This record gives sequence, structure tokens and C-alpha cells, in this order.
Amino acid sequence: MKMFSMDKKDILLFLCFSVAVLTGPIILEPFGAGYPDLLQKFAIFGIFALGFNILFGLTGYLSFGHAAFLGMGSYTAVWTFKLLSMNPIPAIVFATVMGGLFAALIGFISLRRSGIYFSILTLAFAQMSYNLAYSVLTPITNGETGLQLNQADPRVLDVMFGRDYGAVLPSSDFFGLDMTGYPGFYFCGIVLIICFFIAMRIFRSPFGMMLRAIKSNQNRMNYTGFNTRPYTLAAFVISGMYAGLAGGLMAVTDPLAGAERMQWTASGEVVLMTILGGAGTLLGPVIGAGAIKYFENIFSAFNEGILMGIYDFLPETLQHIMVSVSGLFVGEGWHLTLGALFMLIVIFLPGGLMEGFNRIKTLVTNRTGGGSDGAATPAAAE
Amino acid sequence: MAILSVENVNKRFGGLKALDNVNLQIDAGTVHAIIGPNGAGKSTLLNCFVGRLEPDTGSVMFDGSSLLGIQPHQINQLGVSRVFQTPEIFGNLSLLENVMIPAFAKRDGSFTMNAWMSVSSESDLRDMAMDMLADVGLEAKSADIAGQLSRGDKRRLELAMCLVQQPKLLLLDEPTAGMARADTNNTIDLMKRIAERGVTMVVIEHDMHVVFSLADKISVLAQGTVIVEDLPENIKGDPRVQEAYLGGAHL
Ligand SMILES: Nc1ncnc2c1ncn2[C@@H]1O[C@H](COP(=O)(O)OP(=O)(O)OP(=O)(O)O)[C@@H](O)[C@H]1O
Ligand SMILES: [Mg+2]
Repeated sequence: MKMFSMDKKDILLFLCFSVAVLTGPIILEPFGAGYPDLLQKFAIFGIFALGFNILFGLTGYLSFGHAAFLGMGSYTAVWTFKLLSMNPIPAIVFATVMGGLFAALIGFISLRRSGIYFSILTLAFAQMSYNLAYSVLTPITNGETGLQLNQADPRVLDVMFGRDYGAVLPSSDFFGLDMTGYPGFYFCGIVLIICFFIAMRIFRSPFGMMLRAIKSNQNRMNYTGFNTRPYTLAAFVISGMYAGLAGGLMAVTDPLAGAERMQWTASGEVVLMTILGGAGTLLGPVIGAGAIKYFENIFSAFNEGILMGIYDFLPETLQHIMVSVSGLFVGEGWHLTLGALFMLIVIFLPGGLMEGFNRIKTLVTNRTGGGSDGAATPAAAE
Repeated sequence: MAILSVENVNKRFGGLKALDNVNLQIDAGTVHAIIGPNGAGKSTLLNCFVGRLEPDTGSVMFDGSSLLGIQPHQINQLGVSRVFQTPEIFGNLSLLENVMIPAFAKRDGSFTMNAWMSVSSESDLRDMAMDMLADVGLEAKSADIAGQLSRGDKRRLELAMCLVQQPKLLLLDEPTAGMARADTNNTIDLMKRIAERGVTMVVIEHDMHVVFSLADKISVLAQGTVIVEDLPENIKGDPRVQEAYLGGAHL
């Protein structure tokens, strides 16, 4: 049995994905998104959504508490910086492991139920973690202020290898390469590519097929001889590890961890990303994550001054009305836009953006007359 | 020798006595038909064999081990497969995947963390699944999505899903219901071939043509009790059976 047999189509997809990520600064430049801070966000939330999709997209178990693992990853990474080293590698390794362990605990309990009860349980656990991080766990999480680096941190490994940061507050560096700006993005981007590769392997594996079968008919799985609990738990833990890793990377690019990362809004956001892009597709969640972070960036940047400028051509009263109406949808109110966008997608494109792309592809191939067999296969895979 | 032995099984649903002291011995390598009017308790009885229901009292022994108090997947791993009255298939997956999945369960057991393997490299299992689909006449549709099949095709798919596991005991709840005559005859032929391989079968059927073409022995269930158990040739004329089927509408 060959371990690394991959379809030609998959190899192509993987190569395209890698090239797109690595050339991100160039291809996203025309959209005004070619700068590292935003690109880092794309990559990090792409990882978060990619992992979430392994649980939700494949098994159909909708978790509303994955922000807990994201937050866990951030806290772990910052603690690793403080105690061991400013090198991002140990930080993200521990963040991934801790995300997985925490997920094993929460998943073990939550997966005793399915459907809405499962969702509520995960939500409850995440909100509990959030509240604990704010209250009892303050010695570990530093409560409202958030966990921060300190000049006096021990950083045992750094000290051992004679790495001295002097009197300034250290920032994460990869063997001398500062993890801000483009190096930070490329670090996250390469991790995203690795994560995509792993997700792809899982999708194409017997394990992945069993997860999809569980989503399709769990009863049949049981009568077919499968114990479905370990499968769902494994999927839950894997997605928790992805979330932990994403949280860790957030701390790598900005060494800070606050409890708000565990809040239910953050859990909801990854659900939106996955559904918006296309749950159960390989590429969809990454695209969904990118789209949401991109529009968030645009819409939340608008303020009254900019709006006044846009409606400058209108008579003054009309200008003021238009500004106050559109003002609801931008800046702080950008979530209103997100909500509207989400409703449109769910109603008209239940398969998310990927379904939209596939429809366009089918339309184009039918127009040109070629590749009819490609268009005829159901667009389930990507 | 009895491979499945059911003793004094009782099952109540509230005030309704669905199974009333059922005793049944299924001999290895035979086809045993269970017939009876609607609501007699036939499906309920099968549910007690696969872990869907737990009888209130009584015992169900299969091949030396009890089927009670264990999980459905454990029962399947012992070698019991079931076709349901309403087909239970993976509606979102392709036919080929539908048949490959049970083959994985048979080969790899109830849980394997094979997340790093590739399904496309499993040519043995794929060939096996394709052969099985060919056996039930669905190989041309192997890439189709199972949920879109007709009811009759869904049944044949479910049959293929069970057969690919080469079960020791195959439980069939109305395997030909909803099938066209031609498909019914194909299914009878298929089941005869399976029976020749020595697979023990318990078949619930309303179609007497199917029953009399296949069964080595017939049990008649009415109101939760086995009222007659005999060879097919003796069942036809039995007045108690005529009585059970609504005042003697002839079989
Ligand atoms: N889960 C349940 N809860 C309550 N009552 C049930 C349940 N399952 C079956 N029954 C009742 O038990 C009786 C026997 O049902 P069962 O499905 O076993 O009949 P059957 O012999 O399979 O009939 P059919 O030929 O219509 O399939 C029926 O009266 C049915 O309504
Ligand atoms: Mg029935």
C-alpha cells in the first residue's frame, strides 16, 4: 500500500494553493490587501477554519466553542515565550498540543450528545473558559489586561543559548528573523500550506470517508460495525489542534493573549467563515476566512469623515441622511453587513462561495462546449 | 445446529405487547423466513437482534455469545448484518463509497486512525466493492450519489453493503418491497447464490413468491407470538396461518 499516492488533480490543487499563498503579497496587491498584517490574518484564520471544517464540514457536528481552543493556543504560546524562548517553533508546538488536549477533554463530554445539544454544550464550555480566564484563572491569564511579555521573564532556553534581548521588550524571532511584517506572514503562510496538506490527506483518507459517512447516516455506521464516538472525538481533537495552532500563531505575530479570544463571537466567526466559503469543501473555509477578514478590514475602516466624502455630491440634508444610514453598516457596525452578506449566501448559495465558483465553472464549460464530463460530476469534492 | 437462538423474548411498548414470549431457532446455513400480518412484531424482533432495541426479558444467543447488552457495532463485528425495512444508506455518498465503507469495517475493525492513508490506493477494497455492485446490478451507477436512487435500487445497494462484509448471519427486512417484478426476481437469484455460499439468512417478507422461492423454513408471527413454524410446503395449507392473515385470504 503506497503511503503517498496522491491524485494528479490533488497535486495540482496543492501546488496552486501553495503558489497562491506564497505570492499572496503580489496577487492581493491590486485589492489593497497586499500588506503583511492583513495577510497574516488571512493565513491564521485560514488555519482556524481549515481545522474547524474537519469537524463541522466532514462529521456535521457543529461546535460553537472552538474559540476556547484558539484562546488556549494563544495563552500557551505566550507562556512558552515567557518561560522558554522567543523562538516561535516551541510556542506553536505547545499551542497545538494544548489545543488538542483541551479539545479532548471538552470533546469527550460534549460528544455524548449530538445535534443542537452538542452545539450548546460546546458553547457552554467555551463561555465557561472565557469567564474563568477573566476571573479565577487571573494568575495564569492576567485577567482583563491580558497576558503580556515582560523584560524579566525567565526565557530559560534563550538564556541557555546566550540570547539576550537587552533592555527592550523582546518580540518573537525565528533564529534572528523578526516575526513581524513579511517574515511573520511567510512563517504563517508556510504553516498554512502544511496545514492544508494535512487536511487534504485527511479528506482523501479512509478516516475522512468515515467522517463523511457519519454525517450522512450515523445509524448505518453503527450497524455497519463502526464505533462512531472515537471517530468524532478524533475529528474534534484534530480541529482543536488546528485552533490551538492558529491561536499560537496570533501570539507569534503579536505576543499578547486576552480572554476575548475565547468569546462566543470568535466561535461564531469561524462557523461563518466555514459556511460562507463552503462547509465540507477543502478550499472553501480558507476562502471564507479570507473573505470575512478582507471585508472586515474594508468596512470597519470607514468612518463618518470618509462617508461624508463619498456622498459629497448630494445636497446637504440628503448627504447627512445617507451618511447616518450607511454609518450603521460600517465601522463598529460592520457586523450588520456581515450578517446581511451571510443571509444572502445561505439563501442563494447554501454550498457557500465554492458552490458559486462551481456554478460559474459549469456555466463556462458548457458555453465553450468542452470538458462536459468535468461539469457533469457533482461538485462535492472541491 | 442453531446459529441464532432466541428464547422467551418479550418486548412491551407501553401497553402494547409487541413480542410475547418468542422462541426461535435459526439453523446455520439455512434461509429462515418470518411472515405475518402488519404490526405482528417482525421488525421489532429483528431490532432485538441488532441492538436497536433491548428486549424486556429473554435471551438472544448468536454463535455462542449473547447479543444483548452490547452495542450495534459490536454485533456487526460478530458477523451480523442487516437490511432495514426503510433503506439505511449513506445518501450523500457515492454508491462505490457506500459499499467500500462496510468493507473497511470488516477489514479494519470498529475504529482505525487511518487518516494518513489514501482511499484511492485501496484498490483491493475498491475492486471488491465494484464486484459487489455488479452482483446487484448497480455497477453502472457506481459514481452516482446514493440518495438519488430509486427505492428499489436503494434496497439493492443496502444488500450489497451487507454482503460485501460476508456476514455469517444476514437479516433482511422486506428486501424486495418497492421493487419492480424483474428486480425482485434478480434479487431472489442473488439471495439464492448467497445462500449457496452457506450464509445463514433471516428474511421478513410479505411477497409470498419470494418466501416460497427461498425459505427452508417459515415462522409465522401474529400479535407478537410465533403461531406456526414449519416447512414451506406445510405452511401453505395451514388453517392457522390463513386465519392470521385476516380471515383466510388465500396465500
Ligand atoms: N419504537 C416503538 N415504539 C412504540 N411502538 C412500537 C415501536 N416499534 C414498533 N411498535 C409497535 O409494535 C408493533 C409491531 O411493530 P413491527 O414494526 O414490529 O411490526 P411488523 O411486523 O414489522 O409490521 P410491518 O409488516 O408493517 O412491517 C406495532 O403495533 C408497532 O406500532
Ligand atoms: Mg416491519
